[in-house]
Amino acid sequence: MSDEITPQLSGYITTKILKQPKRVLKDDEPLISSGLIDSFSLVDLAAFVEDAFNVRLDDTELSRETFDTVEQLAGIIRQRKG
Amino acid sequence: MTFSHLLHHTYSESPDQVAIHLLQNKQPDLPITYRDLIHGAAGYARALKQANVQPGEVVVLILQHGAALIHAFFGAVLHGAIPSIMPFLTEKLSPDRYRADLASLIEIIRPAAIVTYPEFVPEVQSAINSAAGRSVRVLVSTEVGLAEPDFTTLSGLSRLEDDLVLLQHSSGTTGLQKGVALSQRAVIHQLEKYRAAIRLSPPDVIVSWLPLYHDMGLIAGFVMPLLTRTPLVLMSPFDWVRAPYKLLQAVSQYRGTLTWLPNFAYNFCAQKIRDRDLEGVDLSSWRAVINCSEPTYWKSQHAFLERFQSRGLRPDALATCYAMAENVFAVTQGGILGPVTVDEVDQRALLTERRARPSVGGDGGLKLLSAGRPLEGMQVRVLDDQRRDLPERHLGEIAIRSECLLTGYFNRDDLTAQAFHNGWYLTGDLGYLANGEVYVTGRKKDLIIVGGKNVYPQDLERLAGEVPGVHPGRVVAFGVFDEDAGTEAVVVVAEADTEDESERQRLAGEIRQAVTRGSDVALRQAHVVGPGWLLKTSSGKIARLANREKYLAEVAALAQDS
Repeated sequence: MSDEITPQLSGYITTKILKQPKRVLKDDEPLISSGLIDSFSLVDLAAFVEDAFNVRLDDTELSRETFDTVEQLAGIIRQRKG
Repeated sequence: MTFSHLLHHTYSESPDQVAIHLLQNKQPDLPITYRDLIHGAAGYARALKQANVQPGEVVVLILQHGAALIHAFFGAVLHGAIPSIMPFLTEKLSPDRYRADLASLIEIIRPAAIVTYPEFVPEVQSAINSAAGRSVRVLVSTEVGLAEPDFTTLSGLSRLEDDLVLLQHSSGTTGLQKGVALSQRAVIHQLEKYRAAIRLSPPDVIVSWLPLYHDMGLIAGFVMPLLTRTPLVLMSPFDWVRAPYKLLQAVSQYRGTLTWLPNFAYNFCAQKIRDRDLEGVDLSSWRAVINCSEPTYWKSQHAFLERFQSRGLRPDALATCYAMAENVFAVTQGGILGPVTVDEVDQRALLTERRARPSVGGDGGLKLLSAGRPLEGMQVRVLDDQRRDLPERHLGEIAIRSECLLTGYFNRDDLTAQAFHNGWYLTGDLGYLANGEVYVTGRKKDLIIVGGKNVYPQDLERLAGEVPGVHPGRVVAFGVFDEDAGTEAVVVVAEADTEDESERQRLAGEIRQAVTRGSDVALRQAHVVGPGWLLKTSSGKIARLANREKYLAEVAALAQDS
């Protein structure tokens, strides 16, 4: 079950945020500190996570302080579902 | 009349009035009365005096949105010094780049002091050292206390109307070189004219999330409310971008009447705010939501109205404004006395003849939003390339003249001289006049405006050109309008020798990272091409507009193929 989280996140980020569906995103690739995702896209990402994984996130929960990679974001989701 | 006189009067007449409701993340809202504000400011004025900062010297403020920044700004004013707010380091920007930008700011502006947090002192000190500006004093915000003001000794009250009162910068290496120096007279004149244009009166409550280092946030969302005693509800831009609904909840809770937004914020709010965060929100108090600081789009305003009309947003609340730091703030205002004029023009004539011909019959027209009429005392002309006046509905460069214009770019007489033509400020904006109203259609200069923030393409090109594998000097950066976002997206095209696709992808990733870390701008696309792709002008310079056209044509062709 948890194995499905990271590909879903990567898929959403490459197609919807980066708009480069062919781009391969590694699970440990920095997203925020590298500039791939900017703060405007974090709102979208939070909404996607809530809908796709049926978890509730606070406004400021997704930030550079809480995650920077797909793996770390998946960790937050697993914890929340736990 | 000066800032300090106005503060003095307010302190004597309404010390208990709440000046600012400061919205804080995960903490209750903090009401700041004029007494609190002046006591905080007087503490900074005393600290600046003790640090031997002289009236007329510049004080750079490197503080996040909050009480310390508010106190330090008006503390510098009460001391007669010239405050200049520098954007704070963000999570994306590399500390090295920030330090380099700060060092170059110090070299040009030569501030007497910098105010910052204790944990940021080493960063600031190292920038001071590399700028060889050892006489710059560093004041630590946590060491500055409150003070009872003594208006008989505060040197701010001895400032003259022609003295400078503040400096405004755009961000980025190039923007920081151009400190817009404004006099007391210019700012106070702007406040008088602008409050008349928007019919500012006691029931008004201004709600703002805008950063204080831009003219819109600093003047409309900070200085004007505080000096006119209009209650201000202030939230941090960082909180807004994570939770845009908080703006609407604040309007509802405080019965906000006026808000200024850059165009992208209309799209952002309309698209991102979820229904569950709008429960109980009532926007009927909003009498003007003013679209300003980047090109305005009918579709963005329309989407905003559609989304929030059911929450009480009135169609006649949508307003527009044309403003720039060089004129303190507003040049024109639309949508206050009646709805914003929408001009439907023929799209082809706009592009090919550079004329805004009213479209005839049916749908083919492009809906352009009027920025309204010039404020009283502000003159607007539209000039051709020889700087001759153009007739109505002809596109040209907008030039302005007013009592609010900048004294100059601080310590950059060369840039000041270039910006003026016979007393008229050349804005670099393209537009036209029709029936006394001003329409802004684009930029003559290569400046890119992303989310209301000015970005200079040469800064991004330099950063991308530093990536190993990219031909230095064979890089172009430009803005592409993103209809979804209601603002420009930034594209970098760079030439490299490699034909290998995966190597090109890797280079694109590095360019993206170098640009973000160096400029705080997230790219839409870093596009790596082979040698000879980029078009140059006859003098060998990279032609930004021509390359933009070429890029757009390729993207369109690709879209057709797939």
